[in-house]
Amino acid sequence: MSNEAALHGHSDVAHAHGVDIHHEEHGHHKETFITKYVFSQDHKMIAKQFLITGMIWAILGGLMSVLFRLQLGYPDTHFQILEDLLGSKWAKGGQIQPEFYYALVTMHGTVLVFFVLTGGLSGTFANFLIPLQLGARDMASPFLNMLSYWFFWLASVVMLSSLFIETGPASGGWTSYPPLSALGDASEGSKTGMDLWLISMALFVVSSLLGGLNYISTILNLRTKGMSMTRMPLTIWALLFTAILGVLSFPVLLSGFILLLFDRHAGTSFYLSDIFLASGKALPNEGGSAILYQHLFWFLGHPEVYIIILPAMGLVSEVMSVNARKPIFGYMAMVGSMFAIAILAFLVWAHHMFVTGLNPFLGSVFVLLTLLIAVPSAIKVFNWLTTLWKGNIRFTPGMLFAIGFVSMFISGGLTGIFLGNSTLDIHLHDTMFVIAHFHIVMGVSGILGMFAGIYHWFPKMYGRYLNNTMAYIHFWITLVGAYLIFWPMHYEGLAGMPRRYLDVSGWLSFNQFGGLNRFISTVAMIVFAVQLLFVFNFFYSIFKGRKVITQNPWGATTLEWTAPIRPGHGNWPGEIPEVHRWAYDYAKDGREFIPQTEPLGSNESAH
Amino acid sequence: MAQMAPAGTKWWSGGKSPFNVEYGKLMMWYFLMSDAFTFGAFLISYGSIRFATNGWPDPNEVFKAFPFIHGVNLPLVFVSLMTFILIASSVTMVLAVAAGHNNDQKGVTKYMILTIIGGLMFLGCQAWEWTHLHGEGAWWGRNPFVNADGTVATTNFTNFFFTITGFHGFHVFSGVIINIIMLIKNLRGDFAKRGHYLMIEKAGLYWHFVDLVWVFVFTCFYLL
Repeated sequence: MSNEAALHGHSDVAHAHGVDIHHEEHGHHKETFITKYVFSQDHKMIAKQFLITGMIWAILGGLMSVLFRLQLGYPDTHFQILEDLLGSKWAKGGQIQPEFYYALVTMHGTVLVFFVLTGGLSGTFANFLIPLQLGARDMASPFLNMLSYWFFWLASVVMLSSLFIETGPASGGWTSYPPLSALGDASEGSKTGMDLWLISMALFVVSSLLGGLNYISTILNLRTKGMSMTRMPLTIWALLFTAILGVLSFPVLLSGFILLLFDRHAGTSFYLSDIFLASGKALPNEGGSAILYQHLFWFLGHPEVYIIILPAMGLVSEVMSVNARKPIFGYMAMVGSMFAIAILAFLVWAHHMFVTGLNPFLGSVFVLLTLLIAVPSAIKVFNWLTTLWKGNIRFTPGMLFAIGFVSMFISGGLTGIFLGNSTLDIHLHDTMFVIAHFHIVMGVSGILGMFAGIYHWFPKMYGRYLNNTMAYIHFWITLVGAYLIFWPMHYEGLAGMPRRYLDVSGWLSFNQFGGLNRFISTVAMIVFAVQLLFVFNFFYSIFKGRKVITQNPWGATTLEWTAPIRPGHGNWPGEIPEVHRWAYDYAKDGREFIPQTEPLGSNESAH
Repeated sequence: MAQMAPAGTKWWSGGKSPFNVEYGKLMMWYFLMSDAFTFGAFLISYGSIRFATNGWPDPNEVFKAFPFIHGVNLPLVFVSLMTFILIASSVTMVLAVAAGHNNDQKGVTKYMILTIIGGLMFLGCQAWEWTHLHGEGAWWGRNPFVNADGTVATTNFTNFFFTITGFHGFHVFSGVIINIIMLIKNLRGDFAKRGHYLMIEKAGLYWHFVDLVWVFVFTCFYLL
């Protein structure tokens, strides 16, 4: 088989696309509702499926945080409506019960980290942008791509169903450390809820693997003619590193979960040893190590935070360059720093375990490697700032969210230096300081990056614009609100206020934060309400938004804007475009932008 | 597929596959890397727990039985036979791939059948060994074997043994299923019609990987 044939190993599909387009032109295509909207193999539709599923999860996960913030802000108040809505088991007398509180924080973490910021973020933008920005008809394997979504859907259904069982969902924290998660008798949430959690996560790993394999092979194999690796937009580089991280780290988590399932149901002692019950009785398990689980978990868990933030970084780089009307500053440095982050991602996991009794010498090695991440991160931040510098900035909603991302990433990154030092971490571990740190640097930054992407590519997805007024309200309240919510938590954490506690008002030292907690909770509810405004804007604009009338509304150089306004399956009706230059020819030779498809002029040198 | 490329071809400039392979093979390689991490995590877990445990049973004492011959002391003989069978099935897989390169449909059929038989024999051996150990009282959470120094052992010897050899056996089982599907497709002439036997190559990659993993599993559980 020739390389040409090898490249088009999916030529059956490519032909099918050609036929589809042909048919559509003649107005009698055979796509049914099922193949177009449900079991679709079109990467653009799969991207939208991931996005909308992720949004549903984001609303649920956000609602959970509103409920437990209500508890933290008003620990003594009885909200009768809670009992009416949630029943007397979970909200007796209008107060959130301890078991339910733990279930809420556990599910909030799981949902936001995996289902929103991994499935929803990578799933959406890897699917949508990789073929469109590389000039491919579709993913390397559209069928596996479809399976990837449906495994995600299955994982979602299982996780959702765990909310409705009698003993409630998993409640041992999103990390599910044993022995709590291994012993069904340990808590309500360690019973069936924990099994469903593990099954759902295993399905999620399968989904992520199928997706990741597809993203990698598409990026390597299906770049259009002229699209060398260094001409790819930074979004694609980011998604490539993300996929590689996922493919190499999720399997380790899967191994850890399999061992945990055996501990739960087969009487093994992988993670269990010397467990004494309150009755004074000892369990027979011997020889295992609970710390082993933490190593397996964090070997995924740390790369996972880069799986979340790298796509956001890629989206922000692209949106920022387009809207500053300037080439991204330091393209190769951006690629190199993402590569460095991807490598370091695998070498720092034990910084989550400084207080497990880790050998202090080993700890200091992990401190060094952790602090090294500051170097590529700072390179990226300075490159974003210098991209903005003297730019001809258009403050579109996408651009605002991109700038907001950089602000958040700096704020949260600085506290990472505190936590990365093992000596400081002994004091700060498991306090609200940690909550503040990772919510700002990963949670809010990730979601702001995602919003930047949604606002920027919505016109390409649906052929309509989102409403700008609602977008600006959404942005300002979200950004300011996020700072108001998470900034004060640093003070609480420095004072030693622990995370995951149902009610800290019983401690004299934390009583002083009662007012602050009420303030945080109030802002959290306002910010949540504004996200609903975004959801309204999103669905309203799909049907009623202002129509896109030009092919390239943002004046961008990349290939997705050379496709029709509403591209069919196969993306380009005719030939696939050929690429002649890198993705960032903005403000060059007196022209505002030069598309990648335009050949180099006779007196022009390649970037 | 190997193919002569003109000198100076710019492999990475787009419009072609940089490694000169179609996407399926690339995906298989990345999948195998991912799977290697799954097994790696298992084996490192096993190693760390074993390292942290005071004593461990002697494999020469545990794995000394042979089917149909009672009361003999043949340490590691049976598992050596299993290993030989699996490696032999890798050889027949190589021959199947080679036959595919020569577009020899009959040769592919012959060697795929032999590979499937090898896989089934390995699974049969494993089933016998598991049954035998179970008969001796070993299972998940139950370990009748004492440490090499005669002290009471933890159950993690059997826990890890059944989990990891089971996970590997599941891979062999999946491989046999994949090989059977490939055989059927070959008999129906799907590959002959297509003009290439790439699918056989991809199944071969998986099969060799499963064999390679066995070498590590074998070393960790039977030799060390």
